Formats: sequence, structure tokens, C-alpha cells
Amino acid sequence: MSGQAGTLLEVDDLRVTFPTRTGMIEAVRGVSFSLGRERLGIVGESGSGKSQTGRAIMGLTPPQARISAQKLAFDGIDLLGISPRQRRALRGNRIAMILQDPKYSLDPVMSIGRQIVETLRTHEKVGKAEARERALAMLEAVQIRDPERVFDLHPHEVSGGMGQRAMIAMMLIAGPEMMIADEPTSALDVTVQLDVLGILDRLVSERGMGLIFISHDLRLVSSFCDRVIVMYAGKVVEQLKASELGQAQHPYTRGLLNCMPKIGADRHPLPVLDRKPEWAA
Amino acid sequence: MTSAITVDRLEVIFDRFRALKGVSLDVQPGESFGLVGESGSGKSTLLRAIAGLAPVASGSIAVNGKTLGARRDKAFYREVQMVFQDPYGSLHPRQTVDRLLQEPLAIHGFADGERRIERALDEVGLGNGFRFRYAHQLSGGQRQRVAIARALILEPSILLLDEPTSALDASVQAEVLNLLEEIRRRRKLTFLMVSHDLAIITHMCERLMVMQGGEAVENLVANDLVERRVTKDYTRNLLRASDGFVRTA
Repeated sequence: MSGQAGTLLEVDDLRVTFPTRTGMIEAVRGVSFSLGRERLGIVGESGSGKSQTGRAIMGLTPPQARISAQKLAFDGIDLLGISPRQRRALRGNRIAMILQDPKYSLDPVMSIGRQIVETLRTHEKVGKAEARERALAMLEAVQIRDPERVFDLHPHEVSGGMGQRAMIAMMLIAGPEMMIADEPTSALDVTVQLDVLGILDRLVSERGMGLIFISHDLRLVSSFCDRVIVMYAGKVVEQLKASELGQAQHPYTRGLLNCMPKIGADRHPLPVLDRKPEWAA
Repeated sequence: MTSAITVDRLEVIFDRFRALKGVSLDVQPGESFGLVGESGSGKSTLLRAIAGLAPVASGSIAVNGKTLGARRDKAFYREVQMVFQDPYGSLHPRQTVDRLLQEPLAIHGFADGERRIERALDEVGLGNGFRFRYAHQLSGGQRQRVAIARALILEPSILLLDEPTSALDASVQAEVLNLLEEIRRRRKLTFLMVSHDLAIITHMCERLMVMQGGEAVENLVANDLVERRVTKDYTRNLLRASDGFVRTA
């Protein structure tokens, strides 16, 4: 293993560029961070490049986009240097990703159980019966009460919260070392959101995974993660410990925290963000 | 004083599914009233039923003291306008902002369209430069401003707001909420606002109703939430959830 002990992922000067009719658009402009076995939050508004950062690590950037980085290494493996085949072997096996809305990210014509089994058998040589057993056990681990029944259901037959649990089960079955969760709970009701986060939290800490949690909700991220990266216009504007969010220095971070209505804070009108051009510079 | 909106034991049934099970509600003129609940609680259905967009099975709805029939007349839509959740879906993709705003004026036969469009755009902070743009040339926040301008152009007295900011970024949400508050103060409007976010409802509304499974769970004033004076477990759960994630050891 190269790099410092305990480092799973190293990102140095990551850039993602999209060609458009009006020239090149840099969605991610020189992002650098490293991840150990911890929970790291990436926060920003739409268009800040947070999702493109996650997708670039996962290798899901659209083919027309250009990715460059001084270093993009997972457990010492140079992700930009390896073949697509090697990349596929990593994806879903050692690196997993949870997407926002289970309605769109699960296969609508395949039962939930079969999708989980498919993931498992792609990455491991296991028999059908054993795969089924492990899928059922995994569904149980994400607190689905009746795994036998849910195994045979199709995605449209389950609620959003249930779908997202099935997705987590599918992503965890191959035992990944790193997980990227892109807005995993934004499509869910607030109370269900907490259940799903609770499951994710328990599984991540039990298995000692590294987690990248991408979200627009700064308060949620800070209550869930150990460390937070704040992105604006494709750049990291601030990195801080989640517990020290109250002492955030950058006006953008403070603005994001301030502009949310809070129960008990009587502020009319709400403070709004005064965007400065130099933040994006 | 006659109430702005009175809903009495309203039932809405889609096929065999009872989406609203006898909900009653009373909103005073100039008041801002909130409806809170999770998906499927019936909060949006209640709003849509008032606007005439849901199949009412029984019960009654009265606006400004006038009981509504199965069909809404033109006068109703001059008094009551609605702003929808998704500004990407509620604006016609092939009409300019100008055309969008002319539509309600044409329907209701207003003569001074020019002046009204200018004023409405000005009021939502967009200015004349946006007048001949299409929806896809606007950001989410700008689209929602256009939707609000379209609702305001007939000078209604009641606005029905269905999660008006849930599709927007936090900072843009603050701007739109501020805009709504300012318009309400200036025009003395009545708001009936739906949200799943307790913090937004306590910020915007004086009174609120918590809904679950098509029924009213409890009626509260905003201050009850601030001081956590709630009686039902369901509301308590919602309150706890809005505090964010808490790690259990």
C-alpha cells in the first residue's frame, strides 16, 4: 500500500471539463482532498461540482468530458491510468455508490432480489443458493422486516425508503471499502431520512468503510459526517471538521448555514447569500 | 368577519383510495396558514381540492364566505391563485415569460396588460430584461419568481403555495421565502402553504395543521413548535427529525 497509512483515496488537483458549443466548461476546477476510513461530507449548491467530483472518482463521467488530475488514487491504484476493465472490477466491488432516487436508479423490470444477486455474482464466484442467502441476510441488515417478500418485489412496488434500503443492500453486498453516497436521502421524507442514515451510519462504522457523503444540506451533513468539504463553482472553498462548523471562516459556508429557516429563530427577512465574484476565482 | 377559506369535513377519493378523510380547516383573511406532513399525508391534495384540481367526494369548501360548487367560475380564479412545487414543470417550455403572463390577463379580459406585466415582473424582482426569455433560459429561482408573478398578476387575495421552495437551493429558497413574505405584507394576502419542512412553516406561518394519512393530526400555532408544546407523537417525531441526524451509541 502506498501513501500514508490509512488513506483510502487521494485526490489532487482534480479537473472535469465538458466541451459545449460555447467552449469548455470546467465543472470541477482543481479539487484536492484525501479520505481515510471516515465519513467525509461534500456540500455545495447545484452546479458546484460536488456530484461530478463523486462521479469522476467512481468513473461515471460522461465520455465527452475530460478528466485530469495530478493524482487520483484509490488504495495506491492510479484510477486514471488503469484500463476500463480494471476500473469495472473495482466499481461495485471495492468502491460503491448510492444514488439519489431509488425510483430511477434501480432496474424497473428486475426484482430487487435479482438485482442484489447480480451485483454479488458479478464480483464473487458464489452459487445461486448461497447468493440468495447472502442477499436475504443483507436485506435484513438494512432493516427490511420481511426480506423473503421484498426479495421478489419490483422497485415500483416498494416505498422510497424501502427502495433506498434495497439500494444500500445492493451496494454493500460485495463488501466495498469505500462508498460514495450522492444525496442518498434527499428524495425521502424527513423521518425516513433519519432511519436510512442510521442504517448507513451503522454499516459504515461496523465495516470500517470510507464514506463520501454528497449533499446540498449543510446541516444534515454536519450532523452525520466527521469532516466537511464545502464546494463553490467547482472549487473547494473550505475544509473543516463537522464539529467546528460553527466557526466556519468562509462567507459562503456561513451564508449557507445562515440562510436556512430554523425553528425558534425569528429572523424576518432571512439573510441571503451575497455572492462575491472572488469566491469563484 | 368572514373567513378567507373554510373547509368543512372534506373527503377526497381517488378511485377507491380515500386521500382526505373528513378534514376541516378555517383560515382568516390576511393570515398565513401552514399544512405539514409527510408524502401521502394529503396536504397537497387538500390544497388541490381547494383549487378545484382534486375529485371532492363530500364536504364543503367556502372562499370569502361563498361556498364553491363542483366547477370553479372565473371570479374564483381572480381571488385564488396557486404556485406549484416544481418550477421546471409548471411553466410552458415554448412560451416566453411575456406570453405566460399574458395568458391569465387574456382569460380575464384585462385591458392594461402591458402595465400589469411590467409591474408584476418588477414586484418579483426580475425586471423587464426577463420578459422575452423562455423558461429554459432561467434558473430555478428565477422560474419560481415567474410562477409567483403569474399568480399575482390577477391581484388575487389568496395564494395557495404547494412546496414553493423545495426544488430550490437553500440560498435561493431564502430569497423566494423573503419575496413571498414581502408580497404578503404589501398586498395583505392570505397564504395557505404546504411544506414537509417544519422550519419553513414556522418561519412563514402563524398557524399550522399537521396531517397524516389523510387526516388532521393536530392544530398548532407557530410558537407551539418553538416551545415544543406538541401533544401528538407524530408531530414530536417530525420535530425531532428536523433537528438532523443524532448518532446513537
